[in-house]
Parts: sequence; C-alpha cells; structure tokens
Amino acid sequence: MLVYEQNALSEEIENLVKKYGNDRPALLEILQDIQRKHKYISDFAQQEVARLMNIHPVEVNSVISFYSFLHSHPQGRNIVRLCRTIMCEHAGKEKVEQAIERELGISFGQTTKDNRITLEYTNCLGMCDMGPAMIVNDRVYTHLDPERAVNILNEIK
Amino acid sequence: MELVIEEKIKRTGPVIFSEYQAGEGIRKALSINRQDVLFELKASGLKGRGGAGFPTATKWMLSAAAVADKKFIVCNADEGEPGTFKDRVLLLEYPKLIFDGMVVGGYTIGAKTGIVYLRGEYEFMLEHLESCLEKMRNENLLGKNILGKEGFDFDIKIRFGSGAYVCGEETALIESLEGHRGEPRNRPPYPVNTGYLGYPTVVNNVETLAAIPHIITKGGEWFKQHGTDKSTGSKLFSVSGDCEKPGVYELPWGTKISELLELVGAANTKAVQVGGASGICLPQSQFDRVLAYEDAATGGSIMIFNEKRSMLKVLKNFMEFFVEESCGQCTPCRVGNIKLLEGVERIEKGNYTFAYINTLKELGKTMQVASKCGLGQSSPNSFISILENFKEEIFHTNGNGGYDGKAK
Ligand SMILES: Cc1cc2nc3c(=O)[nH]c(=O)nc-3n(C[C@H](O)[C@H](O)[C@H](O)COP(=O)(O)O)c2cc1C
Ligand code: SF4
Ligand code: FES
Repeated sequence: MLVYEQNALSEEIENLVKKYGNDRPALLEILQDIQRKHKYISDFAQQEVARLMNIHPVEVNSVISFYSFLHSHPQGRNIVRLCRTIMCEHAGKEKVEQAIERELGISFGQTTKDNRITLEYTNCLGMCDMGPAMIVNDRVYTHLDPERAVNILNEIK
Repeated sequence: MELVIEEKIKRTGPVIFSEYQAGEGIRKALSINRQDVLFELKASGLKGRGGAGFPTATKWMLSAAAVADKKFIVCNADEGEPGTFKDRVLLLEYPKLIFDGMVVGGYTIGAKTGIVYLRGEYEFMLEHLESCLEKMRNENLLGKNILGKEGFDFDIKIRFGSGAYVCGEETALIESLEGHRGEPRNRPPYPVNTGYLGYPTVVNNVETLAAIPHIITKGGEWFKQHGTDKSTGSKLFSVSGDCEKPGVYELPWGTKISELLELVGAANTKAVQVGGASGICLPQSQFDRVLAYEDAATGGSIMIFNEKRSMLKVLKNFMEFFVEESCGQCTPCRVGNIKLLEGVERIEKGNYTFAYINTLKELGKTMQVASKCGLGQSSPNSFISILENFKEEIFHTNGNGGYDGKAK
C-alpha cells in the first residue's frame, strides 16, 4: 500500500473511532463500516483499529474471521451472495448459479479478473417465499431466473 | 426498492395484523403503572415467538425486579432460521408495532436504551427503519420525558449482524453487540440479570415485541381469546415451498397443519418441515397435528415439500447449513454435525450399514443433550425425524439405499 493511501486509511479509521467510540462494542461497527467501503479489512486497517482501540491485533482478526460478511482478504468491488438454502434450491437456484458462472467465467468463491465481482454463497436470506434470491452488496434481488440474474450483474460497475 | 413495493398488500389477522394506531400502546402504558403493564402481559399468556417459547411476562418481571443503574431492551431481528421471513414483513410494514413494544418494555423494566440487532442481510431496511425512528423522535414517542412523562427517557438504536446464524441465540447476540465473536455463553446467568455489558437485558423476538402494543391497548383477556389454552394468541407463519401462495400468514395457535396446507394451496404434499432446519419434518400421516407450543412447536417456519422432492437432498442441505453455521465452540456440535453430514453422504452413495445409521441417530441424541446452545441441541432434529419418517423412500426406493447393510 502506498504511504498516502495508508495515511488516508488511518485518518478514515480515526474518524470511525471518533464516531463510534473506542470501547469494545464499537469494534464490530467500525469493522462493518470498513468492510462496507473497502470490501475487505486489510492487515494495515486491522492494525490501525487495534492501535486506536487499544486491543491486540489478533483480537481484531479473530472477530473478522468469525463473521462470514467480514473479509480479511481483497474482494471484488461488488460482492454477490446467492442463497443456497433449500427453498431457493427448490425454486431453481442451480440454473441461476450456472448462468451466472457462465456469464462471468468464474465459479462461486472467485473474483472476476477485472475485480468487478466476487461470487459467494450464503445461507437463507429471509426471502424464501420469493426465491431464488441473492444480495448484491446490500441490495436484495428476488424471484431470479437465469436471464434476470445475468442482466442484474451486467449492469453493475 | 422492489421488495418494499412488492409487500404493500393490505394484511388482516386476528392480533398482530389487527388495527393499531402508532403510539397508542405507549400512551396507554404510560397512563398506568408498571405493575399493571406486567399484569396485562401475564394475563395474556404471551410466550416468546423466537422459538424457545419462554413466557414474556416472566422475562420482563425478572429484569424489572433486577436492581442496576442501566438496563437494556434488545429486539432480536437476526431472523436466520431457514424458511423464516415473518420478521422481515414486520420490520418493513409494521415497525410502529415493534418500536412501540420496545418503548413499553423500556418503561416497564426501567431501561433507557433499546437496541435492534438487525441481521446484515437486512441492511436494505436501514433507511426505512431510521426514518420511522426519526418520526417517533419528532412526536416525542422517543427521546426525553416521553409524551410528557417526567423522567421517562428512551431511545432506540440499530446495530447489525454480519452473517452468522448463531448470533440469533441470545447470548451470542449479546457477545456480538459487545464487539466479540458471536459465541454463545453458558446459561445461567441469564441475560435478564447479566446481559449486555453485564447489565439486565431483555432479549425478545421481533414478533413478541410486536404483540405487546396490541396486548396493552386491547387487554390480556382479549389476546387470550385467540389460540389454545397453552398457546395463547396468534402466530405469524412464514410459508414457503411447494404451494400456490407462499408468504406470511397470521393464524391462531392450534391451527392444523392440514388446514394451513389448504389455505396456502399446497397439493401433493409429501412432507412439512415445521420450525426450520432445526425443527422437525412431518409426513402426511401427521398432518392432523396442530401448530402450538404443546404439539408441533415453531418459531414460524413452515416449509412444504411435494412428492417430487428428495428428502435425502433436503436433509443434506440442512446438515450443510449446520456444519457451516456451528460456531465450533463445543465438540458435540462442531464434530457431531460433520459426522451427521458424512452419514447423509454415505447414505447417498449406498455405502452404509444400519448399525452405522443407528450409531448416528444415537450421536444425534447425544448432541441434543450435550451441546452448549440451541444450535447443536436442535440440529439433529431434522436428521432424526427425516430418517425416521421417510425411511422407506431413503433406504429403499431411492435407488441407492442398501438392504441389511449391503448396497443394492
Ligand atoms: C442458533 C439459534 C438461533 C436463534 N435465532 C433467533 C432469531 O433469529 N431470532 C429470535 O428471535 N430468536 C432466535 N433464537 C432464540 C433466542 O435465543 C431467544 O430465545 C429469543 O430471542 C428470545 O426472544 P423471545 O422470548 O421473544 O422468543 C435463536 C436461538 C438459537 C439457539
Ligand atoms: S452448540 Fe454449536 S453453535 Fe452452540 S456453542 Fe456449541 S458449537 Fe457453538
Ligand atoms: S432459502 Fe433462500 S432465502 Fe430462505
């Protein structure tokens, strides 16, 4: 990471600590904000959070590793999460999954070469009456079919 | 947002979906004393809608009685049980019920802060919920000296989960709120005494809280007219799967499964999974059972499978879910779920003996008693009930089952 990028990130984290406070309950909120913006929480960011909150970096890392929506490795600019729980499976998730993989040329668990999209599976999204369902960043899409899913993904930058 | 628009249908129902004016419940509660609120709640017989069914009045009384400088009310909106989405509907369409219920709770137990723990998947609701809270602040339904009641200050904030099913378990949820890994704690102590930051904390499901304003305005006796003796009131059922009209239904407790199937237009139903992946799977012969705490209990998830579905595949999907969502803290659950999944995979391949299957069922029973939290205690339910209730299909007709330990 370049020095000026590091400085910017440090400043950003300092602001988050100002906003949420530096006591322990703020940790998850701070990590969630970093995740939202950068799509992952880098080693450097983890160290900065630890330093500013006065906890060990290992603690920060262990919290990140627990939650499936927090990442410690770089992800694409957009994270797509397709529900693989039973109701979506019965509603036709597999066809949607295949269409997406074919269109993007990657499998679930991978990121496109241009870094545009990371594909992930997730468990029940609470949209079981409208499956198959997926989340793109924080937007939920329901009643997917292969064509619609591909169109949605093609539209995101 | 497409989802919000899609859900703008007028709903009706006996309790939760009955008429209610925003703020009514708060007004009523503030006009009577705390004891009377607890009395009404006790008279209603309301039990927790999050799955465990603990009497709400008892929970509130315990934390009201606790002496502490701070107390908290937490709304459990982590809704992660497969097949459950009724809290989504409440959050999108009836936030006034949930928030009013929290304010009444704050008044009753003496809390100044309410926290909604919203699953990360529902982040799209944030703006909508925040604007409802802002409106309440403007109307003095939140904030200082609420509705002129000297000394009653209460506000609500929203916190997010980050994609962990186990955080719906109340002690894991508290760990998560405190900024830790969402690993369940040993109980006791219970959150009503030692909860968020060590302070007395009431954790209630979204739907439990949504029932409160109705109970306060219309009375515990009115609430009790619905449902059965042991399961009072109504329940929201999240119905999905093979039927014409999936969605959220408000029905009185005591409704028969067969009645529900007819209502939602389910045909050729082979199996109904009651209570989500951690619930039980019932065959046709048990469709006359009733939905109630005393019979087929459920937090509201009803998943319907027709004749075309493979029950072994259903079971495999559930076991994959648990292997992934186990927090890994205790051995029966961490290792047990992997063993059960392996068992399903071996059945799939026809590579098993009945002695082995029986050992797995025994393992499941051990998990039910030896696991630290409800996840490991209930994850064997589907394994045991599906293998029991659908053994014909799974072990004989599936084309890959074995006879007497030999693969066909
Ligand atoms: C693994 C697991 C997940 C749970 N998930 C939820 C949930 O998403 N929502 C909920 O209200 N309760 C959930 N519960 C139950 C809570 O621990 C707790 O009993 C409930 O929030 C209490 O509220 P109630 O009395 O109003 O039902 C879960 C329990 C377990 C063991
Ligand atoms: S039962 Fe499972 S989820 Fe619960 S504490 Fe043990 S390992 Fe964690
Ligand atoms: S099963 Fe996919 S949203 Fe519930």
